Amino acid sequence: MIDIAAGRLSAATLARNFSDAHPPLTAPQSVVEADRCHHCYDAPCIEACPTGIDIPGFIGRIATGDLGGAAEAILDQNILGGACARVCPTDILCEGVCVRVKQGERAVSIGALQRTAVDWQMAQGQPYRRAPARGTRIAVVGAGPAGLACAHRLSLRGHDVDLYDARPKPGGLNEYGIAAYKVPDDFAQNEVAFVLEIGGITWYGDRVLGQNLSLETLRETYDAVFLGIGQSGVRALGLAGEDADGVFDAVDFIETLRQSPPAAVPIGARVVVIGGGNTAIDAAVQARRLGADDVTLVYRRGPENMNATPEEQEWALQNLVTIRHWATPAAIETEAGHVTGVRFARGAPDETGKPVYDRGELTIPADMVLKAVGQLYEDPIDGTLALSGGRILVDARGETSLPGVFAGGDCTAGEDLTVAAVRDGRDAAEAIDTMLTERGR
Amino acid sequence: MADLRSNLGGITSPNPFWLASAPPTDKEYNVRRALEAGWGGVVWKTLGEDPPVVNVSSRYGGLAYQGKRLSGLNNIELISDRPLATNIAEIKRIKRDFPDRAIVVSLMVPCEEASWAAILPIVEETGADGIELNFGCPHGMSERNMGAAVGQVPEYVEMVTRWCKQHTRMPVIVKLTPNVTSILSPARAALRGGADAVSLINTIQSVIGVDLDAMAPMPVVGGQGTHGGYCGPAVKPIALRMVGEIAREPEFRGLPISGIGGISTWRDAAEFLAMGSSALQVCTAAMHYGFRIIDDLTTGLSNWMDEKGYASISDVTGRAVPNFVHWNALDLNFKTLASIDQDRCIQCGLCYVACEDTSHQAIGRSKVDGMRRYEVIDAECVGCNLCALACPVDDCITMVPQPQTAEKLTWPEHPNNPHRILAERAG
Ligand SMILES: Cc1cc2nc3c(=O)[nH]c(=O)nc-3n(C[C@H](O)[C@H](O)[C@H](O)COP(=O)(O)OP(=O)(O)OC[C@H]3O[C@@H](n4cnc5c(N)ncnc54)[C@H](O)[C@@H]3O)c2cc1C
Ligand SMILES: Cc1cc2nc3c(=O)[nH]c(=O)nc-3n(C[C@H](O)[C@H](O)[C@H](O)COP(=O)(O)O)c2cc1C
Ligand code: SF4
Repeated sequence: MIDIAAGRLSAATLARNFSDAHPPLTAPQSVVEADRCHHCYDAPCIEACPTGIDIPGFIGRIATGDLGGAAEAILDQNILGGACARVCPTDILCEGVCVRVKQGERAVSIGALQRTAVDWQMAQGQPYRRAPARGTRIAVVGAGPAGLACAHRLSLRGHDVDLYDARPKPGGLNEYGIAAYKVPDDFAQNEVAFVLEIGGITWYGDRVLGQNLSLETLRETYDAVFLGIGQSGVRALGLAGEDADGVFDAVDFIETLRQSPPAAVPIGARVVVIGGGNTAIDAAVQARRLGADDVTLVYRRGPENMNATPEEQEWALQNLVTIRHWATPAAIETEAGHVTGVRFARGAPDETGKPVYDRGELTIPADMVLKAVGQLYEDPIDGTLALSGGRILVDARGETSLPGVFAGGDCTAGEDLTVAAVRDGRDAAEAIDTMLTERGR
Repeated sequence: MADLRSNLGGITSPNPFWLASAPPTDKEYNVRRALEAGWGGVVWKTLGEDPPVVNVSSRYGGLAYQGKRLSGLNNIELISDRPLATNIAEIKRIKRDFPDRAIVVSLMVPCEEASWAAILPIVEETGADGIELNFGCPHGMSERNMGAAVGQVPEYVEMVTRWCKQHTRMPVIVKLTPNVTSILSPARAALRGGADAVSLINTIQSVIGVDLDAMAPMPVVGGQGTHGGYCGPAVKPIALRMVGEIAREPEFRGLPISGIGGISTWRDAAEFLAMGSSALQVCTAAMHYGFRIIDDLTTGLSNWMDEKGYASISDVTGRAVPNFVHWNALDLNFKTLASIDQDRCIQCGLCYVACEDTSHQAIGRSKVDGMRRYEVIDAECVGCNLCALACPVDDCITMVPQPQTAEKLTWPEHPNNPHRILAERAG
């Protein structure tokens, strides 16, 4: 009996399950936490932050009650400091290198403190003033973290920006991909509004590069182009039955959940999630929180090989997700066109650490299967730009093989993290600004 | 088990910890509970003449430092605001019920012999063990020519002490104000007047902070503020210095000292004893955490004394005094060097920036296998201790005394001392 249904849990339970997973610190808690900072010299946390926020600096300002100053220190480096405070895997970034950990203590809660400061600033409004308009126009394609950071920095420097995106709403994966309980209460749109408040940025939705938007035209019309178009493809398992009913891409499932009330999202009673990254974790946990009875996340290698951080693996376990390691999918089992389970080949590492799947089979019954085996860059402009490793090739300044066209974020090489995309967008904006300044624009 | 009994100029108590004259000793209810909790004694909140004074509302200000509340406490309270007879009756009951404790009464009346002659027999009648002369209150009372106004004039201190010795058989403790240039002058005056002991310090004149909304010093009373008296952990260094200065002068040998000022832990207590105190008084710590802290104070002190082999309080009293010398007696050939324990180092870099920016550029910074590494450059280190003080990790940076390579050399003997050269030329 296939069991997929929406509204498995009461409205109140769903509301609780999809509210803020990590509520903000109160003002007094923030001061107590801020006082734990040792104010390291050349602080390792600054180095570990892809956007290089002066972390001891902003924390010191929180400790003395200067929340505006704290927010400024963050936003100067990272205009999406609010999102990053909520979604960054801090255990492998800033907090992971906090010297308090070396002292055998808990790291300073840098993410939570960042949220205190930026939330305060977001309630006041966008603090930046644009430089006088310079008569330059730049097209930013993709309104995810990379595109938004780029647009804001360009506008700050006095350039006019047209911001295009294939989707109806800006925000990129902040709007369509991040787990719902990390960014509740329409945070993504609030943050976009905060960023756009600087002015000088015009938003155009439903504009798809390669379809109703041509790179050729953009290059002719604008002084420069920035592409922050992320990865819109997903990797396939390459198994028969992959298109059976009940088998979904995890990112599509998450997108549906992000764009609908949880009570309207159908979920299986028994769910199998295949993959080992954060997307797999997010899909599994959100399946549990929608009311799935059994959620099993299956990864082909060991916990130390998973892309999901230790803290996220822990989070899945806390949510009663079963994690099974060393099993690789062998077949999707179906009945009358609907998935009924997944058969896995079980394995172990050989002497060199390479997985060998010769330990028999394991079949996990499922009403629903979520595939999370990786996103891919799908080239919408058919090789107009040189690629490297399947993504857009850029130089150290973020410029692509076409002069004047820059790119950053998930569509280029590097860590697929919100904060890394923000850094790329910001730095490309500075490179564009330098380029135009050198040209006397 | 160490013997914690103390004796201050003939006033004995089962342990050296008395509650200082302040709100904790303001009335029978408090004092009874404090003594039941185990305090060795109390100095009753200062009594004055009737009619009683009137206190303001909004009385205290606190200094919070990096999350630690009441690192310092400031108050603008006056002396007891209850009728004399009420206090006297309560003191009498307390002394009757707690005969083994030190019950001392703090007094402050106008600087006239008749006033003192009148109040002393009344106090004596309670059976109290002694009196403490409040020559310290730095606010409110001093403007009425009492408290610090007396304590800052050695002649008055001597005069009033002498009156008290004449009009009562009770031991007289003179409580000294720190709001003077030299603590030795009022201490000498007390000695001349016949004091049986001195206690110090009273509070330090202070403005604890400014309310930036009200634009008035704190604590704010109806939109205005006034200076108050400062106490608590922040004043301990000042108090230790003053206690030690009296203790080391030969002229005060035999004058017992009751040490007061920021005592919060057994360790503070041990330090005050070592600097010459025979008994101790506590106020802010009790106001912060309640009477229960007496258990930690006595247990901690006793355990430490056992560990060190000190059998009694008098074994500890004054132990550090012979080593509390004038700067001129220090050995300029002594050398100590900072040493960083790399296994404990958390690579925060605080030692580096402190020494690099503000001391002697004696800490080198490098990266070894991608890890920060900080190392002392012995040739540059002057042994100032700053890095060890800034380091957030216990026992990570230690200061290592170096083998003595030359004989002790003090400033008076040092070749760079122009006065020495003059002395030689003259000679
Ligand atoms: C499910 C999931 C959960 C994640 N969770 C986290 C997390 O918790 N923490 C974290 O740090 N990172 C997380 N990430 C990664 C993070 O979301 C990305 O690294 C980040 O969003 C990349 O930003 P971007 O701007 O490069 O791309 P995106 O956010 O993907 O934005 C790209 C934008 O470009 C638009 N676009 C695409 N193609 C075209 C086109 N042809 N024409 C016009 N517009 C186009 C898209 O509509 C989109 O709006 C997660 C990712 C996923 C998938
Ligand atoms: C190590 C040290 C040496 C000092 N030397 C002097 C000095 O030579 N001359 C002087 O006027 N003040 C000296 N001071 C006092 C400071 O100038 C300053 O008045 C005092 O430290 C109070 O400021 P604070 O708020 O930093 O504590 C010294 C202070 C320190 C800590
Ligand atoms: S003791 Fe002083 S001079 Fe020596 S290394 Fe430490 S800070 Fe520098």
